[in-house]
Amino acid sequence: MSNPQDTYFIPEPSKWPVLFSLALFLAFCGTAFMFNQYLATGNMPGFGSHLLLLGFVAVFYMFYVWFRDVIDESLSGVYNNQVDISFRWGMAWFIFSEVMFFAAFFGALFYARVYSVPWLGGEGAGAATNEFLWPAFENVWPLLATPDMTVDGLASKFTEIKEVIPAFDIPAINTIILLSSGATVTFAHWALKKNQRAGLCWWLFATVFLGFLFVILQAGEYVHAYNDLGLTLNSGIYGSTFFLLTGFHGFHVTMGATMLTVILLRSISGHFTKENHFAFEAVAWYWHFVDVVWLGLFIFVYWL
Amino acid sequence: MSYAETHEHHHDDHDHKPTGLGRWLFSTNHKDIGTMYLVFALIMFFIGGAMAMVVRAELFQPGMQYVDPQFFNAMTTMHALVMIFGVIMPAGVGLANWMVPMMIGAPDMALPRMNNMSFWILPFAFTMLLATFFMEGGAPAGGWTMYPPLITQLGDGFPFLIFTVHFLGVSSIMGAINIIATIFNMRAPGMGFMQLPLFVWTWIITAFLLIASMPVLAGAVTMLLTDKYFGTSFFIAAGGGDPVMFQHIFWFFGHPEVYILILPAFGIVSQIIPTFSRKPLFGYESMVYATAAIAFLSFFVWAHHMFTVGMPLAGELFFMYATMSIAVPTGVKVFNWIATMWRGAMTFETPMLFALSFVFLFSIGGFSGLMLGITPADFQYHDTYFVVAHFHYVLVTGALFALMGGAYFWLPKWTGHMYDEKLGQLHFWLSVISVNVLFFPQHFLGLAGMPRRIPDYAVQFTEWNMISSVGGFVFGISQLLFVWVIIKCIREGKKADEQVWEGARGLEWTLPSPPPFHTFTIPPKVDEATAHS
Ligand code: HEM
Ligand SMILES: [Cu+2]
Repeated sequence: MSNPQDTYFIPEPSKWPVLFSLALFLAFCGTAFMFNQYLATGNMPGFGSHLLLLGFVAVFYMFYVWFRDVIDESLSGVYNNQVDISFRWGMAWFIFSEVMFFAAFFGALFYARVYSVPWLGGEGAGAATNEFLWPAFENVWPLLATPDMTVDGLASKFTEIKEVIPAFDIPAINTIILLSSGATVTFAHWALKKNQRAGLCWWLFATVFLGFLFVILQAGEYVHAYNDLGLTLNSGIYGSTFFLLTGFHGFHVTMGATMLTVILLRSISGHFTKENHFAFEAVAWYWHFVDVVWLGLFIFVYWL
Repeated sequence: MSYAETHEHHHDDHDHKPTGLGRWLFSTNHKDIGTMYLVFALIMFFIGGAMAMVVRAELFQPGMQYVDPQFFNAMTTMHALVMIFGVIMPAGVGLANWMVPMMIGAPDMALPRMNNMSFWILPFAFTMLLATFFMEGGAPAGGWTMYPPLITQLGDGFPFLIFTVHFLGVSSIMGAINIIATIFNMRAPGMGFMQLPLFVWTWIITAFLLIASMPVLAGAVTMLLTDKYFGTSFFIAAGGGDPVMFQHIFWFFGHPEVYILILPAFGIVSQIIPTFSRKPLFGYESMVYATAAIAFLSFFVWAHHMFTVGMPLAGELFFMYATMSIAVPTGVKVFNWIATMWRGAMTFETPMLFALSFVFLFSIGGFSGLMLGITPADFQYHDTYFVVAHFHYVLVTGALFALMGGAYFWLPKWTGHMYDEKLGQLHFWLSVISVNVLFFPQHFLGLAGMPRRIPDYAVQFTEWNMISSVGGFVFGISQLLFVWVIIKCIREGKKADEQVWEGARGLEWTLPSPPPFHTFTIPPKVDEATAHS
């Protein structure tokens, strides 16, 4: 065994796991009802959205109480080194699963750029596709006008993109912001390891600030894209890959920044010691992960 | 070193169990959670089985008899979803929950609360899935592979299907993380990686496959969802997407998924055969490496499900050769199982019968898989009953038979009672004969050109379909016997000792039967004799 212990730690029975499943069930069902109603009536609010809200609140509450229990146990010192290592493996593999989730969307982006759009444009193995479907369609990237627009014009069910967001504009600034936040969280870690509490809190504060700044700038870009550029979820494969990739990333940044906020608050109230601060590290790992995903986005979605 | 020795300073009152419903709802105990997984899988087995009976009844003769085509398609679709995600996977996780901590000398799973959540998601998720039967537009009927554009035409059930997949993904990923953390971090002193029982090894690798592939499926169905409700065009050519892209992403998950279903089965069989051959497993290390190789290769063969869909020639060839190459490590495993039995002092109790039939019948499925993997041949076989025969040989006589063998093998350990050997063997023989009557003729039907997923067929296919249906009904009914054997074992089976099987080796057999509620509260010591069999 990796680390011999005198005794093991096993948590007492807990209500939260089953209730958490119930909460997720409510949220999922609520969303499903909401979508069905939306398709039928064009209206989101209703039974489904209320159920979703209930589920959402319940999910948050579950996170809160479950983590509260874990933090209490951690502070009371019942955890041993082995528990710590279990948490580390858990977090590491969780992040790996997130990487694979993003891989699916990157896969879609590469597939569109390397296969489907060129084939629709008459290249390579799929040449006949072009001949039979939209012979006037040409392969370009960014794809501003969808294939069916070559025939249907404005009657197309998609919206035409006027312009895409250039890489060396806000996205480049956002890259700098996220990369520096990766640095500040590391400084916070160094401060914690030297037991400099003030440094810890200030660097963490800087990280949280940068994180939310990123989210705000990104939200601004979305508004700009929708209002001025014609770049929407509905503007063909470019808009689809753009919004799902950046959208899920933005969602992860928001979660990461929220977790950092919790860590900041805990640091202010004196949690964590210089030896024992896995929660801090887990969130830092997560933060570096969203950083790396952003680099992929910057290169393949915005730049190349 | 036995359990008694390490626990002499230990009091019995430590073995307190929570009582009532709360024991199950709020459990943090790997044995209770394992039991819940197994019972859940058994219940779902009969729900999925009932759907299969509807399919076989309708196919008993040509023409439309009992159900309309839409409902028929819903039956095949839901049967597959229930069997894969509700039976084979949960049963495998249930066995891992019960056995892995005992095999590695751990007190429990590494993250017990998360473990309970992994389980409790299942009933909720399947409530969502089965509820679609009562919705506008009915249950999913576009096939378990959910190909667009067909699947996006599903009615109100659509978002429920998608969220069920997400929900089950959450459960599987949490379960897999837990298993890895447990095996990496909770092994007893002296239990190195190369001393792990093979069942534990197969679960490390399965867990890795789960973590790597389930999120990809989640991504794929998310794109289906946004295509339907948010105007995206991932799978719509008019917008620059491609329906075939879904198939690529789906099968990038899908092929590793079939190994998620079968690797734990390999592990179980690798525990059973040495026990009843009274010999150590032949080629232990090569078994570990072969399992890892299979898992690794499984990420590079996905498009063998799409040969007829259209791919550049280089792709067709690459995926053909990659697919063939999996036969090599698989062959290593089959060779090792047979070599383990070579000159062993063999006996043929029920678990061994299931394991033996696994080796033979899984190999038949492997061979038909190879036939399907030959690109030009697959142009003939694709979407015929030959494919149905293939995956039922690997899944029913493969994965399911191994799970049943495992259940008989460990039932005495779990319950402290022996099952009725005569009834067990009766269950085995009924199953193994009927399952071949059920699925073997489907090879002929497929080669003769009968397409899969249709409620009606040309008259020349009648005889084999009738035979197949009869096999199906007998197989279905025989499984009730399984339930009876389990109930009888719990209620009136004769007491089992800790060893249970003469040839059994490993830490779990040093524990009393049934093992105490909390197994190892302090780490046991592992020496050569108690390490893997
Ligand atoms: C020797 C290893 C194997 C090979 C070479 C192989 C090959 C194939 C091929 C080429 C197909 C596609 C046939 C078609 O649609 O035309 C297929 C289908 C399938 N295989 Fe296998 N297979 C192997 C093992 C397995 C195992 C171990 C399992 C599960 C435990 C499995 C489950 C399936 C399933 C479920 C399908 C059908 C999927 C669907 O279209 O619904 N296979 N196999
Ligand atoms: Cu496959």
